[in-house]
Amino acid sequence: MIKEFRLPDLGEGLTESEILSWKVAVGDTVTLNQVIAEVETAKAVVELPSPFAGTVAALHEQAGSVVEVGKPIVSFEVDDAGASPSGVAGSDAGISGEAASTGSQAEVAGKREPNLVGYGAVVEKSGRPARRQRAFDGGAAEREPVREPVPGVEPVSAVGQPAPLAVPSETTAEREPTAEQERPRSTPPVRKFARDLGIDLELVKGTGPAGLITRSDVQNFAAGPQVQILGRVGAPAAAPAVGISAERETRTPIKGVRKFTAAAMVQSAFTAPHVTEFLTVDVTPTMELLTRLKASREFAGYKLTPLTIAAKAVLIALRRNPSLNSRWDEGAQEIVQFNYVNLGIAAATPRGLTVPNIKDADKMTLLELSTALSELTDTARSGKTSPADLTGGTISITNIGVFGIDAGTPILNPGEAAIVALGSVRKAPWVHNDELAVRQVMSLSLSFDHRLVDGEQGSKFLADLGAILSDPATVMTMI
Amino acid sequence: MRSTVLTDEPGQDAYKSSNPGISAASPRRTGGDLVQLISPEGERISHPEFDLWVSDVTDEQLCSLYEDMTAIRRIDTEATALQRQGELALWPPLLGQEASQIGSGRALRDDDFVFPSYRDNGVAYCRGVEPTDLVRAWRGNASSGWDPYRHNIATQQIIIGSQSLHATGYAMGIQHDGADSVAVAYFGDGATSEGDVNEAMVFAASFQAPVVFICQNNHWAISEPVRIQSHIQIADRASGFGIPSMRVDGNDVLAVLAVTRIALDRARKGGGPTFIEAVTYRMGPHTTADDPTRYRDANELEDWAAKDPIARLKALLRTKGLLTEEVEARTQAKADEVARNLRAGVINMPDPAPLDLFKNVYSTPNSWIERQKDHYSRYLESFSGSTQEGAL
Repeated sequence: MIKEFRLPDLGEGLTESEILSWKVAVGDTVTLNQVIAEVETAKAVVELPSPFAGTVAALHEQAGSVVEVGKPIVSFEVDDAGASPSGVAGSDAGISGEAASTGSQAEVAGKREPNLVGYGAVVEKSGRPARRQRAFDGGAAEREPVREPVPGVEPVSAVGQPAPLAVPSETTAEREPTAEQERPRSTPPVRKFARDLGIDLELVKGTGPAGLITRSDVQNFAAGPQVQILGRVGAPAAAPAVGISAERETRTPIKGVRKFTAAAMVQSAFTAPHVTEFLTVDVTPTMELLTRLKASREFAGYKLTPLTIAAKAVLIALRRNPSLNSRWDEGAQEIVQFNYVNLGIAAATPRGLTVPNIKDADKMTLLELSTALSELTDTARSGKTSPADLTGGTISITNIGVFGIDAGTPILNPGEAAIVALGSVRKAPWVHNDELAVRQVMSLSLSFDHRLVDGEQGSKFLADLGAILSDPATVMTMI
Repeated sequence: MRSTVLTDEPGQDAYKSSNPGISAASPRRTGGDLVQLISPEGERISHPEFDLWVSDVTDEQLCSLYEDMTAIRRIDTEATALQRQGELALWPPLLGQEASQIGSGRALRDDDFVFPSYRDNGVAYCRGVEPTDLVRAWRGNASSGWDPYRHNIATQQIIIGSQSLHATGYAMGIQHDGADSVAVAYFGDGATSEGDVNEAMVFAASFQAPVVFICQNNHWAISEPVRIQSHIQIADRASGFGIPSMRVDGNDVLAVLAVTRIALDRARKGGGPTFIEAVTYRMGPHTTADDPTRYRDANELEDWAAKDPIARLKALLRTKGLLTEEVEARTQAKADEVARNLRAGVINMPDPAPLDLFKNVYSTPNSWIERQKDHYSRYLESFSGSTQEGAL
């Protein structure tokens, strides 16, 4: 028997939701309450548990689509017996059956749609969708759960972050504890023993009854090669500012953003062979352009910085060197060439490094790019970056110049082929028109994944970038 | 009472602080000074003064506390899933607060009367309310899920904190009756900032009413952290009203049981009101319409997950050798059963008829209501044959 699941009103009086990703595919067997999709309402990102046990017969909506409440989103092939406790959609007694049918009629008539708490707002049918369409990276809608700054702690800086750079996205799903999740089974004395040795019990395999971790398991693990020592990574900013500690060293458990940044960095550094190139250029013409643009009426009120121009320059240089905007898909044994650019900007936020990205940055005018950059930095600074903004980046910029640094060897954001570090703009003696002059000079550092990009393309890209910044008019020859 | 409270942080003494609560970062507001009988690792901590109040708890009862906490967590998870499946309009999860609710709920006598908030489903469960009745109002099928006088627990209050006034009034009624039962108000940290709760405490103290205020400090009033709401510990607010207070580890079911028994005993003996701050954590969203990741640090959740009330009791049972296969199987079976009953009850719950709305407005016939009912039924009839808006 086929059972439909209609999109319920997930908040209080909502009329639509966006399907972020499907967790199941047609043909999959699902159990009751198994998570089948991730959905974003105007209020929250939530997981949809399956109302039936059975087989997925059809997915009626694709990930990324905005669906009206009451529309069928998935059908299940359900055993007649299995259907009985949850036989709602077809049942004539269930409220949702009623609501759904009333809903579809109302919808045909173009009327307000009754939901569980009365009537929702009239759905606007015309014009642009109220919510921004998102470009999602397949079905992978990983969540970055930490978004709130610790109140009382001032953001460290706006945009810009020293070299290492990553979106801790790969494993975040695992860290949201759920009701069912349990810590490893062990006994208090063994726990203490492990803690004294600095061993994380999550990593130890238990050999006792029902997977109980015994003292000898911990001892064997300690003797093995893969001992992970807890602590040691100092997080002085996070430490409570309650006087000076008398301890000679402070031990902070590795967790949260620190832990995932670390994992992403290790993954990136040891899977993608990095090459880093440097180029120092005279950016005086760019700085002059910036001054002129700032004074122009078109840009009045907009925030223009060297980063804005540099971002635009990166986007232009990418058009001529698309291989830097690609991804190595190890699983599929394919190279993914992106025909769009989601430009990541490394941001130091109160809770650590994040790399939110600007979707389809390549299609933006300078004005739009400047607005997007301001929004991105403001959002990151207040810790409110949405998970969608943290995933799907294709290339990144880290603005180490704001710290007064010239150059570095940035580590790639996992899954991306290149990262550009912008050094600070400083006055320096420079040979200009065959004479020594004081010019405004900037260093550019480019790291790229040598699996995807050879020295030739990397160097051409960096040279193009340098050419644009040292003489913006050369853009005329490039596009 | 306050002076006997123990601390779980060595070197922290509430009374040595010259200016308590002056610093916004004062650890006293969110940690420390807790009555704790089971450590987060599941070790039994001895505090003779409080041990006395739980010395009668048998191994079997300890296992039944574990069973109740597991069952209510399962009900909570199932109700959350039912909301996501469109079967409930809304649900306020209690995940993480099981020990506070079961520990205190199980300390009550049948003739005590509870005034709960919308999140106190664990307390209602202890009072014998059926799982299906817990969600009746959340499905929009009834104004309230159960008969308050059958279970001696009022229906859940949505208005923040107003049930504390009802409890105090009820307690004053007990005084007039000369009975020795107790009224118990449950509310959260946010409610202590509401006028109603403050008024209730003034009256409770003035009349020395037999009422126990149980505040589950779950650290978040929707998106507002407790440290902004109160620059002193919530428990210390009570002393301003002359009400003795205790601060208890709300994830420790034994400690909650002990302090609730102390408070109840004082009330029964004419000792007046007591305020209990159960320090716990709302591990889920405020309601199913809320997304806590927008305002809450995941590290905080991680820290509290390590203090999980059920895992803690489970560890204690294991250490004591009580966690037999039979106990585990029985607990699991109970959880499965309540979840199954809840799902079946919800899905097969008949819709109310439009005119049911008039049913319970007055307990006796009322001509005014009858007239309205007559008007409304004629209004509904005018739609017969069509499905226009408003006909439901």
